[in-house]
Amino acid sequence: MIALSGLLPSRGSSARTLNGVCLLMIGGALLALIGADIQLYSVDPWQELSRIGLGLLQPGWRDFPTLLEAVGQTVAFALLAVALAAPLGLLLATVFHWLPVRLLCAALRSVHELFWGLIFMQLYGLSATTGLLAILVPFTGVFAKVFAEIFEQQSPEPARTVPPAAGGLKRHLYTLIPQSWPALVSYTRYRFECALRSSAILGFIGLPTLGFHLETAFKQGQYSEAGALLWAFLLLIASIRFWLRPRLIPLYLLAALWLLPETIGFSNGGYLWQFISSDIWPAAVRAGEWGAALDWYAMMFNEQLWPGLVQTLLLTQIALVLSGVVVLATYPFASRALAGPVLRWPGRFLLLVLRSTPEMVLAFVFLLLFGPSGLPAVLALALHNGGLIAFLVANDSDAERNGPHARPDDPKGLMRYAYIETPRRFPALLALLFYRWEVILRESAIMGILGIATLGFYIDSAFEEIRYDRAFLLIAVTALLNMLVDSLSRRLRRLARSDRAGLLSRRH
Amino acid sequence: MTDRTGSSAVLFQLARQSLSYGEQRVLDDITLTIRHGEKVALLGPSGAGKSTLLNLLYRQQPECSAWQPQGGGLVDLLSVYQNIFIGALDRVGSLPALWNLLCPLPAHRRAIEALAQLLGLQEKLWQSADRLSGGQRQRVAIGRALYRQQPVFLGDEPVSSVDPLQAEALLKHLLEKHETAVVSLHNRQLALDHFDRVVVLRDGRICCDCPASELNAARLDEFYQQPDSPAYERPEPASEGWVIRTS
Repeated sequence: MIALSGLLPSRGSSARTLNGVCLLMIGGALLALIGADIQLYSVDPWQELSRIGLGLLQPGWRDFPTLLEAVGQTVAFALLAVALAAPLGLLLATVFHWLPVRLLCAALRSVHELFWGLIFMQLYGLSATTGLLAILVPFTGVFAKVFAEIFEQQSPEPARTVPPAAGGLKRHLYTLIPQSWPALVSYTRYRFECALRSSAILGFIGLPTLGFHLETAFKQGQYSEAGALLWAFLLLIASIRFWLRPRLIPLYLLAALWLLPETIGFSNGGYLWQFISSDIWPAAVRAGEWGAALDWYAMMFNEQLWPGLVQTLLLTQIALVLSGVVVLATYPFASRALAGPVLRWPGRFLLLVLRSTPEMVLAFVFLLLFGPSGLPAVLALALHNGGLIAFLVANDSDAERNGPHARPDDPKGLMRYAYIETPRRFPALLALLFYRWEVILRESAIMGILGIATLGFYIDSAFEEIRYDRAFLLIAVTALLNMLVDSLSRRLRRLARSDRAGLLSRRH
Repeated sequence: MTDRTGSSAVLFQLARQSLSYGEQRVLDDITLTIRHGEKVALLGPSGAGKSTLLNLLYRQQPECSAWQPQGGGLVDLLSVYQNIFIGALDRVGSLPALWNLLCPLPAHRRAIEALAQLLGLQEKLWQSADRLSGGQRQRVAIGRALYRQQPVFLGDEPVSSVDPLQAEALLKHLLEKHETAVVSLHNRQLALDHFDRVVVLRDGRICCDCPASELNAARLDEFYQQPDSPAYERPEPASEGWVIRTS
């Protein structure tokens, strides 16, 4: 709140400031509704929905070995990628104060896993290397940033007692890393869950993980098979804490190496160099014809960049506000203080399903129901992110139930929701929402792969047409947009930040 | 409550009550009866079990007690007005209460404005609670207790952060507005001046329970000082082993 009181006259109200921010966001979303393509195409979505629901209720296991293999490979990619990305991120975090490192990490994480997948696919084909790198590269950037933030939160006292001549790495090894070890481990654990989701959706671009089988099953209308795959994935995520034991990790890593698909992608350095130095630049630039290059860029801007950019931003804005609505509507059903000790379990289960199912999968299902517009993307993003944040908010409410502010005469039910819980959770809720903003943006860009007219649509088409110059430009613009939103959301978060909110947003 | 009019009606009763948090005994064999109309001050060194005792009492009469816990239990994001209004939530229907969050209900607005005047909070009425000082927050908590409009007041050091002059005036007001009151205090003089019964707790036991008129400051001080209890000499637990203590 210190930053806040510095910003505003001291006689204001914190609630008014936050409400102002909210109204701005809601206004933006309402304006976005005008321009966004969120039409309902399908005539009778309910029939299809009931068939999908039936499939979920009656999952079929026709090909058990294939299912098992898909689950195994999903875990293998995620595990190996995190095992490599976390130490790399830790190393980068120790030199995070160095501007080039910060920029590099921002660039790495501003490009979505699937786009990295599409890029590496051009170099290494449909291979284990592609899958691993697609997760590893962006995750390294995320780990570096978050680990550095965790270090910042530690007391600087121990580091000051280290001889000044000792280098940065040694100082980190003996002070900051042991100090923050629990936070580092808990974040890595959470990231592993994200890696499982990323690994699963890499199937959408052809890698042999769960997403591949899921897409096939849905496209062929075999909903009971799709149901089985979805349940398998949810079980996998829900049971992480039972099977991911620190002592078993070396064993798992060996098993993961053995499970990886046999096609080890290989590409000689020459091709990589050709890709970077020539393939990704338009012919006019390579030839040095600046007039033609300018025409090319103008054509790209008018035909692809601008429309893609606008749709991406509009859908992001609507999805962000809708996520907030989902949080406010669902968190009470999972909180002990509001739903009661027993009734909160169905609510928690629903939120667990929402947060475990990747946006891409949700969007894919909605796409079948509502037809190819922005609507499926918005719904999927709002449900997934809203569920995720609501889960954290409910946990937060449970943790503070017997805290220092609890009173035995606090009101119950709806009044407790309106007067006690929601105002107490609101700053953290907003901080989390703004933290997810860049994630929502990245995801709504990627939804284009499913055929929604966001930036991802043009990127996917460019790769399909083997026009790497176009793909590179579009990805670069997407990444820049992401970095812009990241810095804007950081500013807005500072407005909403209380200490707890800071803690929470760091974790997610 | 059994009988409001009978001056001898028993409101709170504890018979040989003990309570432990894990290993630590917080209340030890407490027997206490508080009747309607009594004004009881609860004294004793910190950690003696005053808050725990008050919590026990509150649980016996939650419906007719205005409760003021030590932290105040304010909701940071809500304004002073809303934080005081929470005291009236049982008197207001759900829909008006929801509407009140958007636009204060006129009748309550007038009442709470008057209350804020009394508390010296009229300037702060529309500020959120997180922007108040400790003393101001405590006055908001007092406001919520007063706005409960109940016959019984249970307060855990209700005026500890307010400046001395204001503390005395507010305490007097609280006692006037409630027929019965049980209040823990750390200011012994306030207890002697404004209450008719004083209960002193020490190490979870009641070591004195008598009319305030029979006590004076010097006698009260003895209860805080005499080091007869073994708890005061108890050595530090040796759990820290080899750690060299520097403080």
